[in-house]
Amino acid sequence: MGDDEDRVFKALADPTRRFLLDRLFVRDGRTLTELESELAMTRFGVMKHLRVLEDAGLVVTRRSGREKLHFLNPVPIRLIHDRWIDKYTERQVSALVDLKAELEERA
Amino acid sequence: MTTMTETTVTQVYRVYIKATPEAIWEAITQPEWSQRYGYGGSVNYELRAGGKYIAYTSDAMRQHGAPDVAVDGEVVEVDPPRKLVQTWRMLMDEEMSAEGFTRLTYEIEPLGEGLTKLTLVHDLTGAPKLQLLLSGGMESGGAGGGWSWVLSDLKTLLETGDALGAWPTGS
Repeated sequence: MGDDEDRVFKALADPTRRFLLDRLFVRDGRTLTELESELAMTRFGVMKHLRVLEDAGLVVTRRSGREKLHFLNPVPIRLIHDRWIDKYTERQVSALVDLKAELEERA
Repeated sequence: MTTMTETTVTQVYRVYIKATPEAIWEAITQPEWSQRYGYGGSVNYELRAGGKYIAYTSDAMRQHGAPDVAVDGEVVEVDPPRKLVQTWRMLMDEEMSAEGFTRLTYEIEPLGEGLTKLTLVHDLTGAPKLQLLLSGGMESGGAGGGWSWVLSDLKTLLETGDALGAWPTGS
């Protein structure tokens, strides 16, 4: 449990990896080639980041024909949410998140 | 081969649970377990290919005016305790119900030392509103947190004997 959480926090502590998760959130089930095309980074670099995300359980890969597709797996983030956010501050946090979203929408 | 005539939309959820594959199988397919986590309704599976699947609403949902049946579908493939494939149609909302049957697969894989990998693959092609519901996008409206929430709760229940809490009624 502790190790799993460490891996998730470490995986999230990098802007490129968060960017990759955001891309998968917008459209799930992408190939390495598709993800690579959105980043100014070598194929090898993107692979390395995807591997960290996969080890943390945040990305799950599945084969479809000859392609390897990458899917966002939100469950580890949910587990952290249920373990940490829920426990302390859910109501306040969601109110603030809503407020931030609303203000940014207007901006 | 992928055809681009219709964009396939699949959601994949994976969770590692300290429990046997048999315990996870029971928790998914047996009503006495299904009532203890997630949306908390009772399920009725005819566990054979072509068998019926019905998921009922919970008491709490019915008190809020929900119909008796939440989800229906048909069992496609049964391989206990490793694999379950079924169709799945949400009936609690007219628009989602009109999106029709989707395809849901549970894969259960033991990893040794009492740890089991549960992967849920939901093909939601042609069901945009259901995609939003199941990804947790309607949670703030009181519709629950979708599959991540259900699986997080299932993990908690099987590992601690206690679920996270009651059906969230929203605010």
